[in-house]
Amino acid sequence: MESILEPLGYTFFLKGLLVAGLSGALLGFIGVYIVLRGMSYIGHGLSHSIFGGFAAVQLFAAQFYILGAGLWGIASALAINTVTKRSRLGADAAIGVITTASFALGVALFARFGSSGPSFENALFGSILGISTEQIIGLVVVSLVAVAFVFLRYRALLFSTFDPDVADVSGVRVSRVEAQLMIVLALSILATLTVIGVTLVAAMLVIPAVVARMLTDSFGRMLAWSTAVGTFSGLVGMYVSYYAEVPSGTMIVLVGAAIFLVVFAFAGTARRRRSAGLDSHVEPVPAPTVAR
Amino acid sequence: MTATGVGPELIRLTDVEAGYGHDTVLHSVNLHIHEDQFTGIVGPSGSGKTTLLRLLLGIVKPFSGTIDAQPGLRTAYVPQLETVNWDFPITVEECVLMAGSSPRDERRIWPWASKPEKARAMHVLERLGIDSLADRQIRQLSGGQQQRMFLARALYRQPQLLLLDEPTSGVDVSTRHDVLHLLAELHEDGVAIVLTTHDLNGMAAHLPHLVCVNHRIIADGPVEDVIRPEVLEQTFGARMEVLEHLGMRVVVDERPEHVMRAKV
Repeated sequence: MESILEPLGYTFFLKGLLVAGLSGALLGFIGVYIVLRGMSYIGHGLSHSIFGGFAAVQLFAAQFYILGAGLWGIASALAINTVTKRSRLGADAAIGVITTASFALGVALFARFGSSGPSFENALFGSILGISTEQIIGLVVVSLVAVAFVFLRYRALLFSTFDPDVADVSGVRVSRVEAQLMIVLALSILATLTVIGVTLVAAMLVIPAVVARMLTDSFGRMLAWSTAVGTFSGLVGMYVSYYAEVPSGTMIVLVGAAIFLVVFAFAGTARRRRSAGLDSHVEPVPAPTVAR
Repeated sequence: MTATGVGPELIRLTDVEAGYGHDTVLHSVNLHIHEDQFTGIVGPSGSGKTTLLRLLLGIVKPFSGTIDAQPGLRTAYVPQLETVNWDFPITVEECVLMAGSSPRDERRIWPWASKPEKARAMHVLERLGIDSLADRQIRQLSGGQQQRMFLARALYRQPQLLLLDEPTSGVDVSTRHDVLHLLAELHEDGVAIVLTTHDLNGMAAHLPHLVCVNHRIIADGPVEDVIRPEVLEQTFGARMEVLEHLGMRVVVDERPEHVMRAKV
């Protein structure tokens, strides 16, 4: 018990815990939409792209680097969104080019002009050191924006995720909703980058949502579960990283992965049992046709 | 079924050319859709029938020509079953309720559905006979039930014009009959219906009005004018025989020469 309470005596740890829990919650929440859209790779690319933005902007206007990286992130997110729509170009490859180039630029600039070493590693794998009050405020604001966005655009967002074509002809402004989601995603990644780390953010977008999907068939409950799993991973991961003396992002992701394994093992059997009781699952039979 | 081609016009296509990228799929299309229309668009794969449907939906914009739609026209669309991810975590009721997502309906602030909305969703589900499945996850439905759910989602919008893309592909014979009956009922209630189909005997021959498409409109009229060997040959590029059976037209493939010789 004492060992659980002991680190709570440090302000930096309390801040870290708050940011880790909230980051997990935010990424779990938004991750539901990303996973259901089959866009996990975009989350990965975007975090790398934002890292490039961080580094580049720091050279020109250090005091505005958050703003600069935010704009950089939003621009890449919207660019990716546009590229994905024109999928004839091969969206995956295009995303790979845009975001890894941005990442490479970041690494190069960091190595040449930045103080490489610990801060470089922190950016990649996450750290609880040096979390400022401004960052906490930023994270809280982004979380509120994300919740407000999902709350106000719930059905349009759900419809355009499930069936964009029909949503489009049903009066939903699909491209606008998608662009808004991309902006919220970019801001979420930006706000959580410091604790979870560039290379690991994508995992926290995906793991809680995938776990939640195994636990429920309802969309509303999936959102709740995913947020809960994200929060739990953030909090427990932060504790473990404190004792193990490893970067916080690694442990947050590993806790999430452990939850995934447990749920995968158990939900598998439960699901099999549930689906065995179903009577009306009929595979569609192709109709006989005469003309070709 | 009532006559077609009369009554107020809902959509008119004039000299439309359309396609994707640099490929023109449809040439000089002239088509009128009226309020009491029940039309099947018939043609082989790649003939542009889906493009024609997408033009009517407004998803595809024409290269040239004009599309005039009645202002404020309420259109609903039933896509092919395989266009969505059936593992998506929503229930049948949630899926139907999605249809109320347009800005007109978005005045509500809460994401959850109001009582009147739920009542309306249950009403359409009842009408389609799947109200008992409202709480099922959508993967747990049969093909026919999935088709009905898509119809319910479309009807939730109380459309004037209902557009369906191959509504009977991938469903069994009894479901095909069900779908036809349902559509006929809706048409009786005053909904204009346009669907695409490649199923001449199971679907097209039962409809009051057909449009044959093969990159241009080959024929446009009632079944007896359209289901004819010369029209079908132009549309499908293959000889077919048309028989009359109990007042219905039945299309049979003409047996290729070498097969006939082998039989004899």
